[in-house]
Amino acid sequence: MKIIRLSEVRDKIKDLVQTANFELQDDVLDVIKDMESKEVSPAGKVVFEQILENSRIAREEKLGLCQDTGLAIFFVEMGEDVELDKDDGLGSLKEAISEGTRLGYKEGYLRKSVVEDPIRRKNTGDNTPVFIHWELEPGEIFKITFVAKGGGAENMSAVRMFAPAAGQEGVEDFVVETADKGGSNPCPPIVVGVGVGGNFEYSALLAKKSLLRKPLGSHNPDPFYADMETRLLERINNLGIGPQGMGGRITALAVHVESFPCHIASMPVAVNIQCHSHRVMSFEL
Amino acid sequence: MAEHRITTPVSDEVIAKLKSGDSIFITGYLYTGRDSAHKKLIDLITEGKELPIDVKGQFIYYVGPTPARPGKPIGSAGPTTSYRMDSYAPTLYELGLKGSIGKGARNEEVKDALKKYKGVYVASVGGAGALISKSIEEAEIIAYPELGPEAIRRIKVKDFPCIIINDMYGGDLYEEGKKQFRKE
Repeated sequence: MKIIRLSEVRDKIKDLVQTANFELQDDVLDVIKDMESKEVSPAGKVVFEQILENSRIAREEKLGLCQDTGLAIFFVEMGEDVELDKDDGLGSLKEAISEGTRLGYKEGYLRKSVVEDPIRRKNTGDNTPVFIHWELEPGEIFKITFVAKGGGAENMSAVRMFAPAAGQEGVEDFVVETADKGGSNPCPPIVVGVGVGGNFEYSALLAKKSLLRKPLGSHNPDPFYADMETRLLERINNLGIGPQGMGGRITALAVHVESFPCHIASMPVAVNIQCHSHRVMSFEL
Repeated sequence: MAEHRITTPVSDEVIAKLKSGDSIFITGYLYTGRDSAHKKLIDLITEGKELPIDVKGQFIYYVGPTPARPGKPIGSAGPTTSYRMDSYAPTLYELGLKGSIGKGARNEEVKDALKKYKGVYVASVGGAGALISKSIEEAEIIAYPELGPEAIRRIKVKDFPCIIINDMYGGDLYEEGKKQFRKE
């Protein structure tokens, strides 16, 4: 039995949300530098230079890489043999994560981007509630992954319920069409997360989870989907949208596809668009 | 592609020189405003009331910055996606607004308003909010402080770098750029 103190979780979360918003991770920087070398458009090259300069300033001055420091999204993988020590007045793991987020967004001068109601739209003032996806697993694993997900790219995402007859071609055309429709809006060069299969809500979750894959741009272990990722990246980069939509050869940095079994009648596909400021970080206890 | 240095407020003669694809560096004051602030402004106009800002000759920057660290005028301050302001923008251009700064494509109504009222739509680099903050020297909330990041601020900028996306002649850098690099 592993014992995890909630105060430690809170403190780790407080640091995690700040570091992720200030420091572009090495795997993301590697892909950006690689793609910069492949961009031929002069305007596109300038955008890449500015993205890299921005990441240096954000890291040095502890400034948000982007002013949209995102909804705070967490994936919690927790073993069944983990016991939580509810210390420091923290009543639950959810409370520890929420409190860490509140503290981190406040102390890090990060933007509070959550409204308490979708129609009445009053800012909650502390970037909560947080969004937590729980995964209970055997053993003693305790891993939390944070994604700072901005609104501009999220808004360009889509889910479609295909008939199985649409096949592989239908899936691929939908992904390319979604990237094309997004155009200059989601801050290209984008990262494209695709979830194929599952059902209506699970496909969207798969698409988001595909964005967590490390390192950025690595492939699905199934060669069928790895080939699909390569093909989709090429097709999206042939759209010509380019960095910031100003025209160019690099519209996407990476395409990640995840799949799951589904109903005999269904073929759900979700595309979750992510901006170039791909802020994903984890810790394990 | 030409490079221009402009100072706000700007005249129609200055706007007439700007073409899609040109670089501009703005010095002077800009107003910030995004979704909620625009809704409030348009509600005031609908009710025939006075606006808290005079938009004549001015540029509005679509931004909701991060809070400023002590001693700094502003936090990270890059552009937000502009289409969400499309339904409000033509009314402001009609009132004399000369430019809006954001990222992402505008609809036909906005592009028509640029032609009709002589205005431009320009982009700064989305996701480069830390870098962009270096061009901002002062910031002051002048309306709707209750909106937090969405409050209207008056910011003083120096050589604030942008690219002209839509000019007053119908030019559209996004369309032209995509056409140039698209492979079927």
